[in-house]
Amino acid sequence: MGIGLSAQGVNMNRLPGWDKQSYGYHGDDGHSFCSSGTGQPYGPTFTTGDVIGCCVNLIDNSCFYTKNGINLGLAFTDLPSEIFIVDQQKITGKEIIRPSTKNKSNLYPTVGLQTPGEVVEANFGQTPFVFDIEDYMKEWHMKTKLTIERFPVSDKKGEWQTALQQIVSTYLVHHGYCGTAEAFSRSTGQSIEEDMSSIKHRQRIQKLVLAGRMGEAIETTQQLYPGLLERNLNLLFMLKCRQFIEMVNGTDTEVRGPAIRSPKSRHGSGSNRSSPNMSPVHHTNSNSQKNTPIGSRGNSPNRPIGVKGHSSGSSSQTSQNLQVSQTNNQSVGDLKTISEEHMNHANIAMNGSGCHMIQDDDVEMMDGLVTETKTFTNGNSEGTYMNGNNHTCKSEEMDVDTPSGKRQLCGGSQAAIEKMLLFGRDLQSMSQRLKREYGKSESNNKSLQNAFSLLAYSDPWNSPVGYQLDPVQREPVCAALNSAILESQGLPKQPPLELVIAQSTECMKLMSKAKIGSCAFANLNDYLH
Amino acid sequence: MDVDGRMGMVDSILSENKDKWLESMIQVKNRVIGNNKQKDEIIHQGVIPRLLQWIIDEDIPVELRTESAIVLGSLAKGTTENINCLVDSGCVAVLLKGLSSNNIKFIEACLRCLRTIFLSENSPLEQIYQDHTVIPHLINILSKSFCTQECITTIFSNCCKTADHQNALSRNGAIAALAPLLCSSSYKVQMPTLKCFAVLCYENETVSKAAATATYNGESIPNLLLRLLSRDKPSEMQMAAAKCLTYLCRGGAIPTHCPTIQNKTLSTLIRMCKKDRTLEENVEGAETLAYLIEEDANLQTLASISDHIIKTLADYLRYTSVQQINTRSTNRKVVNWSNELKQAAFRAFASLGANDEEIRKKIIETENLMEHIVNGMNCSDLKVQMGAVRCLHSLSRSVQQLRTTFQDHTVWKPLMNLMNNGSKELLPVASSTLCNLLLEFSPGRERPASESPRLSVSQKNKACLEAGAINILAKLTSRSEGDLRLNGIWGLMNMAFQADLSVKIQIVDVIGTEQLFRLLSDPDPAVLIKTLGLIRNLLAGRTDIDHLMKIYGSQIMQAVVFILEGDHVVEIKEQTLCILTNVADGDEAKEFIMGNEDVLKKLMTYMLHTNVKLQIAATSCISNLVWNEQEGAYNRQAKLRDLGIQKLLQQLLSANDAVLFDKVKTALQQFT
Repeated sequence: MGIGLSAQGVNMNRLPGWDKQSYGYHGDDGHSFCSSGTGQPYGPTFTTGDVIGCCVNLIDNSCFYTKNGINLGLAFTDLPSEIFIVDQQKITGKEIIRPSTKNKSNLYPTVGLQTPGEVVEANFGQTPFVFDIEDYMKEWHMKTKLTIERFPVSDKKGEWQTALQQIVSTYLVHHGYCGTAEAFSRSTGQSIEEDMSSIKHRQRIQKLVLAGRMGEAIETTQQLYPGLLERNLNLLFMLKCRQFIEMVNGTDTEVRGPAIRSPKSRHGSGSNRSSPNMSPVHHTNSNSQKNTPIGSRGNSPNRPIGVKGHSSGSSSQTSQNLQVSQTNNQSVGDLKTISEEHMNHANIAMNGSGCHMIQDDDVEMMDGLVTETKTFTNGNSEGTYMNGNNHTCKSEEMDVDTPSGKRQLCGGSQAAIEKMLLFGRDLQSMSQRLKREYGKSESNNKSLQNAFSLLAYSDPWNSPVGYQLDPVQREPVCAALNSAILESQGLPKQPPLELVIAQSTECMKLMSKAKIGSCAFANLNDYLH
Repeated sequence: MDVDGRMGMVDSILSENKDKWLESMIQVKNRVIGNNKQKDEIIHQGVIPRLLQWIIDEDIPVELRTESAIVLGSLAKGTTENINCLVDSGCVAVLLKGLSSNNIKFIEACLRCLRTIFLSENSPLEQIYQDHTVIPHLINILSKSFCTQECITTIFSNCCKTADHQNALSRNGAIAALAPLLCSSSYKVQMPTLKCFAVLCYENETVSKAAATATYNGESIPNLLLRLLSRDKPSEMQMAAAKCLTYLCRGGAIPTHCPTIQNKTLSTLIRMCKKDRTLEENVEGAETLAYLIEEDANLQTLASISDHIIKTLADYLRYTSVQQINTRSTNRKVVNWSNELKQAAFRAFASLGANDEEIRKKIIETENLMEHIVNGMNCSDLKVQMGAVRCLHSLSRSVQQLRTTFQDHTVWKPLMNLMNNGSKELLPVASSTLCNLLLEFSPGRERPASESPRLSVSQKNKACLEAGAINILAKLTSRSEGDLRLNGIWGLMNMAFQADLSVKIQIVDVIGTEQLFRLLSDPDPAVLIKTLGLIRNLLAGRTDIDHLMKIYGSQIMQAVVFILEGDHVVEIKEQTLCILTNVADGDEAKEFIMGNEDVLKKLMTYMLHTNVKLQIAATSCISNLVWNEQEGAYNRQAKLRDLGIQKLLQQLLSANDAVLFDKVKTALQQFT
């Protein structure tokens, strides 16, 4: 009996190992046959009742056998693997993967029987293996991890270290964590390219978008970055579409009135030094408080999604809630960010290894976002608690004056509805103008259509297009605006850290397509807590 | 460095100006850190007694006492002389006393210093056993902090060298206290804890069994150890855990067929022998493997097919790079890795080939193995000599190897050299090996040239005898160690088997009849049996029998009667009757029995003995006496008939035992 591997097309009438592209371990003499009629002394003989295992290692293209759970040692090295040549065409960014012409053999498990009446039972893992394969895999997980973590980088002039610090710093700046960014650059001696006031401006605009106050956001953008939206009409259109949706939602300033809503008002007493995103004011309504982790798409489309619930959040949040509960009746939409995770990224990048990040220690802000869910809200507030990979914040509003019960179009105000309709007409004409000037845009059309569809339902929130009203939908808009502002300032529209992560993710995908074994033993998420 | 400044701080430490003490201590501390020269100077300035005085004085502020302990710890990290100075000043006792403080910082400083001292060679380890309160107290404070855990486990693992130490620690609850530390999150705690378990259990059945049955959090210690064997743990941790499990197994606490041993421990040790591990792990892995499988044929079989272990070990023998610095140990020793690897491989080969001929064959196929063994025996390193002899011993159990491979290499030469000039520790295994080499089918023994296929072999073996094997073995028979006496007489017995008369005479001359008789009253029955075996082998071949009996007849008969009258087990009596049978096979020698009615009566008694083996032996002797082809047979038959022996034989015809029946029939047929 011979047990081994064969490529497609190998003669099935012969024992594995005897012919080209076939490999075998034979029970009668215990020899191994590597595509040859003459065997090499390899292991013991085997016979009735023995359990023989054959393990192919796709990382180093080797193979070993086991007998009754005992590893008999390496049998073959340099097994042909299905090697692919990966071409990356720069222009289209599209990958073309084609098998190498040299070697296109995929190996299949093979058992060759010679004696009449021989019986074999095959186990591909449906029952536990006698050999402890899990333990073996653990070792390869660890080896792969060490290969990555101990990958040599020459750092003669401290460039590597600087680059890592730069990655952290730019990330913080990009997302407007100015307090942290300042502190970080102070202790690492990094310079921040953008000036602090500009960061704060962006932050202010982002917060408005995330709070659903699109009118104000557009206005502020025009004020602070004159000409930006005029040059980028598609972006403006996107913002306005969102504004329309927020109007339906009853959150936009146009329909609610600016009243006490100036963003600055929220920070009247707070320290202006710290990032506004990080100084949460919690709205508490203890019986309706609920953290709703929502996996959301990050602002950079390439970001992997790795959302995790944050267990430590709620307890500390509760204590904070107590402190702020008296003030929050008056405070409105609030922004909240979890940046802890990003800090951890930063740590990893700096340390170059390790997954022993201490959660919570280095982050003063807590995550929980107090929300009222749709079903229980008294009015129009919605909230989302987000953790994971998103930098953005959630807005949440609570309007104590609004009668509780069913949400109403534009917050129930007749004047607001009329404003909304008027705005809609403007939007329509803007769309037509854009079409005339720049030609038909499928995406613009679609957004407009989707936005208008909200009006077709008596309860837009529970309609098929109601997802647009979800605050999570503000995030891509927010990210697009942020990127556009940065671009207009001559800054990258995406932070390097996110690029790096995206790059790694793509790289892993590519490895997997190219059947490079080690990618199955590495996991980017091990590093993204 | 300004000399004045240093003088200043030492002066103020030695002065009575209390206010300056702490400040100066801190200066001293900063001065001596990592600087052996400064350590020397500070010690020579006589600071140690002052520090000890402070540590022991409870009226001194604890900060100062702590700083003192820290400085002592720093000094201990210096040279061996520095440590000796500390030990000679009574540092250990003072620090042990300091442990009863309530201040954890102070305790930790004391422990750190003690740990460093006990890590050194020739540390005064008895000191922790002298005062019976020390160990209970150490165990008591064990769990206080990472530091206490790390230091105390390190101290224990370096202070447990004898069975008394093991029992003392175990008695005081070390096992229960150490078990939780196996699950510690700190590598620095886990490693010395594993070492502790290893030294606690090594060759100690009681402690091993206690450890194997102890649990922590509902999990047994073997299970906790099993977790540390996991392949994603650091290599040295896997090694240390496998060592503990090995010791537990050899201590009789875990059966060898248990999956923990048979699958996990065995495969871990085999992995440790692979090239991708450090040399240190290679050596430790092979040594531990040798120990684990030493006495279990099943484990030997499993190991022999695991991961090409024999080839892997064979590579050890080829490692030539002379020396490398051993990096893990605190004392940077220079280690001869080539020798370390060689002896480890030899030992592993010895264990692998202990029982199975197939495995031995595979080992022998190792390239130049015999040269390596011969070189190993000629090596100046005792460990390598020992390994080589053990390996040779194991392989010499193979009849085939004795006939072939051993013939091509004069292995006996270095072996005899070691027995004459080598260390005493080598004698037991070397003499056992010599016994095997002297077996009748082995070339190590002389044979008539006509019988031997190779003349040269015979010559070589003559040389072997000339080199004094008989002398060596004869000397061994008068050793006080039972196993050496046994090997000595055993070797002689093997030598005498089918030997030339000259050799036989030489043997008797060298050992002397007095010594032979002394051995017949040896307390060890095994020695007695082999002695009788020797006499039996000497008295083989008709002419030889007559010749030897002519010289030693009376003594031999005396000895036979002596044994037959003594209170001995059946096997011994049987051997003795066999000697008589051989004597009865001679021509003239027959008279020694025929003329001794006492012996004849004894033979009659044994013919009626309840044990059929003795009946057979006695009957064979009678059969030889009455053999009718030999001269004087008629007279002997007549005499025995008169004694009633013929009748006795006829009675025995009704025997149930087939062999006995045949013997009786043959004997009766001789009567005419």
